[in-house]
Amino acid sequence: MIDPIFLAEAAINGILLGGILALLALGLNLIFGVIEVVWIVYVDLVMLCMYAMYFLYQVQGWPFWAAGVVSLGLGALLGIAVHLLVISPILMSPPINQLLATGGLLFFIQSFATFLWTTDHRSLRFSLPSFEVGGIFLPATRLIPFGISVLAMLALYLFLTRTYMGTAIRAVAQDRDAMSLMGASPQRVYVVTSAVGGMMAGLAGALLVFQYSVHPFFGGQFGPLTFMICVLGGLGNMVGAFVASFVMSEIISIAGVIWSTEMGYVIAFLVFIVMMFLRPGGILARRE
Amino acid sequence: MRATGSLAGRGAAAAVGVVLLAVPLFLTGGWGQYALHVLIQIFIWSFIGQAWSLMGRFGLVSLGHGAFLGLGAYAVALLWNFFGLTPWVGAVIAVVGTGLFAAVIAYPCSRFRVVGHYFTLMTLAVGEVIRLLIIAERDWTGGSLGLTLKTAGSRGLLAIQFADRRVFYYGALVLWAAGLWVWWRLDRSMARSAMEAIGEDETAAASVGIHVTRFKIGITVLSAAMTALGGVAYAQYITYVNPETLSGIGVSLRIVFAVVLGGMYVLLGPTVGTALTIALSESLRIVFGLKFIGMAETIYGLLLVLFIIFLPAGIYGSLARLVARRPAGAGV
Repeated sequence: MIDPIFLAEAAINGILLGGILALLALGLNLIFGVIEVVWIVYVDLVMLCMYAMYFLYQVQGWPFWAAGVVSLGLGALLGIAVHLLVISPILMSPPINQLLATGGLLFFIQSFATFLWTTDHRSLRFSLPSFEVGGIFLPATRLIPFGISVLAMLALYLFLTRTYMGTAIRAVAQDRDAMSLMGASPQRVYVVTSAVGGMMAGLAGALLVFQYSVHPFFGGQFGPLTFMICVLGGLGNMVGAFVASFVMSEIISIAGVIWSTEMGYVIAFLVFIVMMFLRPGGILARRE
Repeated sequence: MRATGSLAGRGAAAAVGVVLLAVPLFLTGGWGQYALHVLIQIFIWSFIGQAWSLMGRFGLVSLGHGAFLGLGAYAVALLWNFFGLTPWVGAVIAVVGTGLFAAVIAYPCSRFRVVGHYFTLMTLAVGEVIRLLIIAERDWTGGSLGLTLKTAGSRGLLAIQFADRRVFYYGALVLWAAGLWVWWRLDRSMARSAMEAIGEDETAAASVGIHVTRFKIGITVLSAAMTALGGVAYAQYITYVNPETLSGIGVSLRIVFAVVLGGMYVLLGPTVGTALTIALSESLRIVFGLKFIGMAETIYGLLLVLFIIFLPAGIYGSLARLVARRPAGAGV
């Protein structure tokens, strides 16, 4: 029998991990909801931003917040670049080609990162305290990223609901054709969406370096999981993706403690597969 | 228009067949052996690409073929290493087992209408589950370090292990030709029209009396079983299995790339695409060697993106379309 304290700790770690997963899933889901393209390469953009954090903070000795701002900017630029250079020319192609184009980009980014920085794992060093509450350890390296990602998601929510551009983005997500009929060009909305999605990647990169070391194949660790969270929540459904992030992170965290890390992921993916059959439109969707 | 039906087409096909049969006689020495090695890989991966395209061309885009590949390869390797079961029997078990596994996945997918992006991401999850299970069961499978097949010594035929590459060459050639035959038979059958109708609109297809579930499960099982067989062939040839090279998203993407690059709606599309991607990565590896690790793959990735943007119907597919269009254009 496993000590309940371990389980409680795993559950809390699950919530803290869920915060960052939600950030990734919301960024990817925003792009899917508006442009209807699955960026297989999304978490690899995060990886590039993590390298930026490493070089600026660890090597150049910049203050953390400044490196974080650069990471955010880099993410936005990468997002715009992916859209303009790869997605835009094939916006009318079959979905399989769009998926594969971003898949080719994945090979490109992973290999180029290997070429530039080798496959060494690099991590950032922080000296941050840990808190103990009732026998459960809460390291600041997990609490800070969680707090910031919750704030960022709140900011995204306000952006989408309270600004003109946010309203335009939601309008395109609802009905692309109607938007064109109103005389508005979806292209500008696409670019802004890609930039916002990229910024979320940049922020996630800046937060992931607290706990994970960066290497060229980092994307493989979180990529498939992020897609599955988006599908589980319902592609394009932001609230669903948010809920699904915590469901998946809890499964991974708790099953990881009971069995092993791999089995945690296996069970999470199996839950995903079964949920696909039971609720194909996502966990929050109404059944047809 | 069907080239295989015409006399000239048959003549050309026969000539290519003779050349392919005679190739090993001329490939001797170090470089010859290397060329043979590349050809064997092209045949095996083309076969796997053909298997994938059986589903892909009807809108069942799978990113989980690594699962079938891994199941086939690991089943045979484990049965041989731990129970001494000959791969001849092991392959039958692996192929049938993978077929059953595919049916278990395909039935609910079809029943609950998991299509399009959802089907693709679903298969991706299946591929990841198999890869992670292989890594998790490290006592048996060696985890991410992989597993080397036990050498058979004098019982080479029993173990399907041969020192002479030419045996594998002819084996792979037969496999590839069989794959072409299956593709061609399916292309001419009623099943093709049925599957095309299903790919266009499932509800409409069902309303004219097409048994949607049966066709979808059938094509998935066929594709998975062929992929498993390809995995067995590859494992027997390399005598080493690894979760990263035989399952998971990387290898699944590579299969899809090759097929899409060649064109999935034409008979030789998967072969052309596989030959090009393998030739490309091999030649880039020779050019860059060990000096610039990652550079070869970087160019590979970049070229894939460019090909998909500028030749969306695939290289061979675009050429075939161009040739088909010209006579019609001349008549107008």
